[in-house]
Amino acid sequence: MLQSTAGSAGPLVEMKNAGVRRSGRWLVRGVDLTVRRGEIVTLIGPNGSGKSTTVKTAIGVIAPDEGTVRREPALKVGYVPQKVSVDWTLPLSVERLMRLTGPLTRGKMDEALQAAGIAHLAGAEVQTLSGGEFQRALLARALVREPDLLVLDEPVQGVDFSGEIALYQLIREIRDRTGCGILLISHDLHVVMAETDTVICLNGHVCCRGTPENVLKSPEYVRLFGARAGDTLAIYHHHHDHTHLPDGRVRLTDGTVAEHCEEHHAHDHAGGAKEERDAG
Amino acid sequence: MLDDFFTRAMVAGVGLALTAGPLGCFVVWRRMAYFGDTMAHSALLGVALAFLFQINLMAGVFIVATLASVALLFLQRRGALSTDALLGILSHSTLALGLVMVAFMSWIRIDLMGFLFGDILAVSRFDIAMIYGGGALVLGVLAWLWRPLLAATVNTEIAEAEGLRPERARFVFMLLMAAVIAIAMKIVGILLITSLLIIPAAAGRRFAATPEGMAIAASLAGVLAVVGGLSASLSFDTPSGPSIVVVALVLFLLSLVRLPEGRGTGETGETS
Repeated sequence: MLQSTAGSAGPLVEMKNAGVRRSGRWLVRGVDLTVRRGEIVTLIGPNGSGKSTTVKTAIGVIAPDEGTVRREPALKVGYVPQKVSVDWTLPLSVERLMRLTGPLTRGKMDEALQAAGIAHLAGAEVQTLSGGEFQRALLARALVREPDLLVLDEPVQGVDFSGEIALYQLIREIRDRTGCGILLISHDLHVVMAETDTVICLNGHVCCRGTPENVLKSPEYVRLFGARAGDTLAIYHHHHDHTHLPDGRVRLTDGTVAEHCEEHHAHDHAGGAKEERDAG
Repeated sequence: MLDDFFTRAMVAGVGLALTAGPLGCFVVWRRMAYFGDTMAHSALLGVALAFLFQINLMAGVFIVATLASVALLFLQRRGALSTDALLGILSHSTLALGLVMVAFMSWIRIDLMGFLFGDILAVSRFDIAMIYGGGALVLGVLAWLWRPLLAATVNTEIAEAEGLRPERARFVFMLLMAAVIAIAMKIVGILLITSLLIIPAAAGRRFAATPEGMAIAASLAGVLAVVGGLSASLSFDTPSGPSIVVVALVLFLLSLVRLPEGRGTGETGETS
């Protein structure tokens, strides 16, 4: 207990000049990266730019071939990898998936499934889930561990646009509620930007870094993604003042529950977003 | 009770099936059928070396099967050939090496058919002790290893990131495979050992809702296959190993039959 309190002042993960080399080629090199408690760090970059390699090095799945990676002692990591495929011969329900790496109380499991919006799928076999539902299940599994550091490798892949906004919203809520650090890989800039403290743009090395607004303006970013990127990719600044509950009611920010969101809504996406998610 | 050779074979076979079920589930989930086959084929080399150095047969098989799996890991790391090709090379060359060595050892009579296809007559009280002692040890270690091994089966990176050391789990799992191959050899024979791991597990899939449930179902299916197969072997004078495998196959086929209104698990698709 004493140790974790003492350690909480420092960074959860600190990479200094880290590089990974495979088959004579540097996958990524010269990465400096720090994640602190309550901070969201997003990695962006083109395919093959070393994003996944960087996060795997940060959490110790890969050992760096140069530079150093320092993690807080007894750091608890929750990890959602880019690709998980479960052989269909393995009978695995969502509930069982939740208990994959550690035992769990009923209450905590229900709470996490509720938070991820898939409480109704607790008993379903994971092979029957849609892409978006499976991502939510993996996210629920990672966050139920109450990790110090939540690591998400392209968590919105295979999720439609409305689901994507909802997932990012959920990730921010997790951060706000638990105060964990979040290391995120994103294939796009525009949605996650608004919630991110630091964006690191990778292309085999750190190409640029800073707050979302700074990165968007930097010449390196423009060079990497083309001159039009800054025009077409708008920062998605938005604020939800309500949450849609599974039964169709609406929870407002002050905690009260209402039947509709009409009088309160900042922007109306209620019908469309929910229906699309249910269909998928 | 154990004076009768048939009773001894039955007791030994049931013990083996109970052990092979849970282990076989992992072989199926991790898609290691060919890997298991390769380790089993190397067992004959183990038999030959055991005769040569006059050590216990099971110990010889265990050591050689372990070495074969370590060799495979090493060659995989080198990355010169695909795993598939490496398995093919190791599987058949260890079997051929074993056969050639046995042929050279003209001073001892070896019942080759017995080793390849199993021999119920050969089961001694000592073998039964080894099967139950070894089997209990294997199941105990597997229970201890269950969580990291299952997590690594679902996703190695999650297991690694969350501190479950999947590499160690995988190595211990290979030792367990080697142990089961060593104790299974006399009952079903080298060429059919993997089927005792895989077919009962596949038959149990239909009836299981959890990984643990499937392990138990696989054990039960294996016990049924052993009891049915050995009985058939006695009545029809067929070789014991193949008879057990044929009964296991029948059980597997029965598990595929759909109940009238039941919607089977076969339809649940490959999406993930």
